Amino acid sequence: MLKYWWKILAVILVLYTIINGFLIEVPALPILHESIRNLFFHVTMWFAMIFLCGTSWIYSMMYLSSSKIEHDIIASEAANVGVMLGAIGILTGMIWANFTWGAPWVNDPKLNGAAITMLIYLAYFVLRNSMDEEQKRAKVSSVYNIFAFIMLVVFLYVLPRMTDSLHPGNGGNGTFSDLDIDNTMRTVFYPAIIGWTLIGVWFLTLRIRIKKLSYQRESELINSEN
Amino acid sequence: MKSIKYITALLFIFSVSSISAQSGEIEMADVMRESGKIYVVVAVLSIVFVGLVIYAAMIDRRLSKLEKEVNEK
Repeated sequence: MLKYWWKILAVILVLYTIINGFLIEVPALPILHESIRNLFFHVTMWFAMIFLCGTSWIYSMMYLSSSKIEHDIIASEAANVGVMLGAIGILTGMIWANFTWGAPWVNDPKLNGAAITMLIYLAYFVLRNSMDEEQKRAKVSSVYNIFAFIMLVVFLYVLPRMTDSLHPGNGGNGTFSDLDIDNTMRTVFYPAIIGWTLIGVWFLTLRIRIKKLSYQRESELINSEN
Repeated sequence: MKSIKYITALLFIFSVSSISAQSGEIEMADVMRESGKIYVVVAVLSIVFVGLVIYAAMIDRRLSKLEKEVNEK
């Protein structure tokens, strides 16, 4: 069995998304027009972001119970890839909003929630960099990260649903699944979520491996000095 | 006089087309797909993506080599 089969799967799924995402029939809707296809690219970024930030959350909790520095490395790198995907999500959303809602940034609870979430995660990295002592940094940032993910869920999924939001599925707004009567969009949307998420996981593994290498080298240097 | 005729004709065509656009027909890029040009975009995007993937795979391999070297030491 190939060890990297899931990377191939990720590439195949995203290629399928790119090809079919443009070629399938989509419901004809006012305002949205062909931009409804952004569902396969903009929305999936957020799904991948949630998955990576969730991974980060789990590894932060694992670090607190195990005190293994490896868990902290995975938690911080997963948050890093998650923030990268979130930044792409915000930028693509701004382009989409500019042409459908009339402005790149409207006072939508989900948009503001996304912005706050990004700031919370940026503060996580600032917090990490402000501490030199390894165990202390890992412990404090793990505790912070556990709260950060809960805030993410609150700001992106709970609050927008309680008020009015322009986003589908929020505040009495219909979802895309209501419009996609014959389920053609689903045949691309679900593979797209899995594909983009796996691409994010691939980048995550690359970052973890680099971090471990430099960590190994650092501890070797310290040992040779002693 | 001739130019006025043309202008009124043009105005008439525009008004008719705008009426038909208002009467429930939602404009989609059907023409773009019919003429086949969307395949060009799909091809370009596919190449961009495959290119980035090959690049990432190369970084992956180089990293594996480095890991081997470090662990053999």
